[in-house]
Amino acid sequence: MAELNTDSGGGRRGGKGRKRNNSASTKIDMTPMVDLAFLLITFFMLTTSFSQPQTMEVNMPDKTDDDRKMEIKESRTMTVILGEEDKVYWYMGYQNPEVQETDFSEQGIRRAVEQKSAILKEDLVVIIKPGKKSKYRNLVDMLDEIHIAKGNVRYSISPVSDRDLELIRNKESN
Amino acid sequence: MTAMCDMAFLLLTFFMLATKFKAPEVADVAVPASFSKNKLPESDLIVLSVEKSGAVFFGMEGEADRGKLLDQIASRYKISYTGAEKKEFTRIPEFGTAISDLKPLLRATKSDRGRMQKGIPVDSTNNELKELVKLAKWTNPKAEIAIKADLDLDYPVVETIILTLQELDINKFKFVTSLQAKPE
Repeated sequence: MAELNTDSGGGRRGGKGRKRNNSASTKIDMTPMVDLAFLLITFFMLTTSFSQPQTMEVNMPDKTDDDRKMEIKESRTMTVILGEEDKVYWYMGYQNPEVQETDFSEQGIRRAVEQKSAILKEDLVVIIKPGKKSKYRNLVDMLDEIHIAKGNVRYSISPVSDRDLELIRNKESN
Repeated sequence: MTAMCDMAFLLLTFFMLATKFKAPEVADVAVPASFSKNKLPESDLIVLSVEKSGAVFFGMEGEADRGKLLDQIASRYKISYTGAEKKEFTRIPEFGTAISDLKPLLRATKSDRGRMQKGIPVDSTNNELKELVKLAKWTNPKAEIAIKADLDLDYPVVETIILTLQELDINKFKFVTSLQAKPE
């Protein structure tokens, strides 16, 4: 900011008050403005949300279209039943299944899915059956585990059957 | 001082322009965490929120779409809405009442609305959610459907919603989640 009047060189001390006028700065005190600016910045920074929520794509099989029903080999299917209190039960195939109990930890269902898909040449098909007492969170966790698991894994969600409940009851009583 | 001031105003301008004020969400939902990084689209979206209590809320993005949706509801249920009510409907991001209670809801004050919204009926005898989704799909056929359910919900509640969608031949939808770091 330029100083305008700069004629005071030597001269007299007379001219009452003129000298004070000359030396007065034209600078404005910007502190309150900057305070306000930072206050507004803080407000907008805190209220801005850049992150859009994430989503997970889910595809359900078409219920009405019978032509698209697929026959899948028993050896490729893995049934995962989500039980209460975050419990997970799984078995391979359909005939005389050997039900195993596991959980959502790192060594849990993900490891099982990876191991089973590693020994298969084709995709492993995981059928997720969320039980009546399971939480929605369990389903999301399960879908997550399938997405993380290495190997070719496909999944489908299906309602739990009486036979599955029977299998779990037998497993629990043993 | 001048430099700092310049920078302060630059940032201020940036944040002012970048901010998009969102209407406060009506449904109180804690979404589950997942590793999925797909973003939720900002337009052409129908969101079905399910609170922990099981109350279902219906939301649609876009004021224009919401306006058209209300017209559809009006002709389907033979209810006429005034201009003010229609304007109010385009403003609210989601609602959770039976369609018969929609009119009183639009007339109520903001503070009264909270307790009026007990959820949209989804039982098999009176599945209004199904009608709403159907009408919304007519309004905007491009709209995708997202289910925003509370993480502690019992699965059967979510299952009813999924079955409702399947009855409408909607087999593709999204679950709204929050991001969680991927384990290595």
